[in-house]
Amino acid sequence: MTPRFLPYALLLPATLFLLVFFLYPFVQIAVLAFSGPDGFTLQHVQTMTSHWKFGTALTNTIVLALIVVPIQLVMALSMATIVTKLRTGRSAILYIFTIPLGLSDLAAGIIWLAIFEQSGFLNSLLYGLGIIERPILFLGYQNIWVIFIAVVLAEVWRATAIVMVILVSGMGLIPKEYYEAAEVFGASPWKRFVKITLPMLRPSLQSALILRTLAAFEVFAVVIALGGTTLPVLMGETFQWQFALQDRNVASAYALVILAISVVSTLFFLRVLRVPKEARI
Amino acid sequence: MAEILIKNVAKSFGSFKALHSIDLEIADQEFMVLLGASGCGKTTLLRIVAGLETPTQGEVWIGGRRVDHLPPRERGIAMVFQNYAVFPHLTVFENIAFGLRMKKLPQADIDRRVTRTAELMHIEQLLKRYSGQLSGGQRQRVAVARALAMEPDVILMDEPLSNLDALLRLEMRAELKGVLAASKTTTIYVTHDQVEAMSLADRISVMNQGRIVQAATPVEVYRNPAARFVGSFIGNPPMNFIPAMKAGEGKWTVAGITIDGPRAGRDRLDFAIRPEDVDVAPGGLKATARVVEPLGAHTLVTTDIEGAMFRAVLDSDIRVSPGDELSLVPKPDRVRWFDPETTAAV
Repeated sequence: MTPRFLPYALLLPATLFLLVFFLYPFVQIAVLAFSGPDGFTLQHVQTMTSHWKFGTALTNTIVLALIVVPIQLVMALSMATIVTKLRTGRSAILYIFTIPLGLSDLAAGIIWLAIFEQSGFLNSLLYGLGIIERPILFLGYQNIWVIFIAVVLAEVWRATAIVMVILVSGMGLIPKEYYEAAEVFGASPWKRFVKITLPMLRPSLQSALILRTLAAFEVFAVVIALGGTTLPVLMGETFQWQFALQDRNVASAYALVILAISVVSTLFFLRVLRVPKEARI
Repeated sequence: MAEILIKNVAKSFGSFKALHSIDLEIADQEFMVLLGASGCGKTTLLRIVAGLETPTQGEVWIGGRRVDHLPPRERGIAMVFQNYAVFPHLTVFENIAFGLRMKKLPQADIDRRVTRTAELMHIEQLLKRYSGQLSGGQRQRVAVARALAMEPDVILMDEPLSNLDALLRLEMRAELKGVLAASKTTTIYVTHDQVEAMSLADRISVMNQGRIVQAATPVEVYRNPAARFVGSFIGNPPMNFIPAMKAGEGKWTVAGITIDGPRAGRDRLDFAIRPEDVDVAPGGLKATARVVEPLGAHTLVTTDIEGAMFRAVLDSDIRVSPGDELSLVPKPDRVRWFDPETTAAV
């Protein structure tokens, strides 16, 4: 075999695997979502959109992503900036920051449930301090916004580190000389961050944001753990229709909605954070 | 007026002493070259003046103002980096305008200054390009233009030509000299290339192992090295050294012949002479030719005098072959003497 074809040959097994186990199910789901007994139909999509939970689930999912991802971005940027400036103990700090990455999202949800539930840490603390007379039901349907905040907290706590790790490695790729040049030519630390770090970090920002936003659209276990079905999200509804309501067609339609917003957001980040070829390092 | 005063500056990195108590005065509009082999501390000294490195001790004054506690941007300096550090995400125009924008100059001033310096460096047709679309030489020009656009009191250059190919280096060297002379800034220029140093400098500070060995004009440094190191570092081929024994008051025996020398209170000195300062004539140092290299303008003959290597640059008319015996007479006014212990000139 000629060396020219060798890389393709080596990639072939993985490509086949992806085709069989991703593309094929994907096509099946698309078929399921749009087919009925008489062939093509939009009936499942209508069932989905006319259900009262659809609008709420879509809004909740998007609003959650719109809140969680920017918070994570700002936190990860600050943390990464501090970490890259460290001379000693850098890897120790990195390990500590990345501990939550080792947890499954369900475990993370349960940890935060232990804090917020009626007999949880927060109630015990407030009761112990004499601030409240009896435990409060934080995660009830009367105050969905508390569930919402709890989910945001859990998500930020759990998944900020992945953004930070990507940004730390990205910052490491920016040559020190650019910072020194900026410093000599009058840039304050903040200006250096805005004029050098951010623009030169665009490739890493792009990967981190795409990765995080897609994961945010798929938020599920944390929401289930903290709010059950009180706070509907797209992934939760997909699960509901598939297993509780035993309607695979509508579940497939939900899956396609998640896919659609994921594709749109990915294209958005690819476009906005694009680095022209001539402007790369 | 921007004279630079470096007072008793030292720098240690851990237990390694990069600079030992440096004192140096650089006059307003002077072109000072810091010359030395890699690791001699020249770049560290430049970075201390720039404010990119903090001295362990000592003071730095620029234009009558003490600056060693100030950040780089408050020192009135501009710098050209070895790898240019032209920002890849900005166009050439924005690169040159970078410092001016930081100073919040009005757009009209920025346009005027960028255009003027771009014309000066012959890059006005590149203003819309990105660094990735430029050659090394063009990037170098952008880096210089960016420094000049600041109209700084002091320009610091860290081996700015070392990444260019030989021909381009020659061209840029001449151009830099003209541009910087016209800009009337004080310049500190770091290089390991002695030809670059000789051709550009008003004064050269020769550095070795964290110390300034000699700071003088190029001709002075070449003709009257303050230490043996300077003689062997500057000049290509370098100075020749032969051990000499005292043969009487002001008389020294060098490889079997007696030469007039200093009346030093020592028994031993090192006799030194530049390769071009010897003539083939009777009664001189007995040398055996080993390698003969005709270079056109002159012929470089590597010889052997009492087992030590001695190079002579002779007229190209001379007929010498390896193995021939030569008698080399040093020009009396060009002979220098060094103390073998302190290595200082006597």
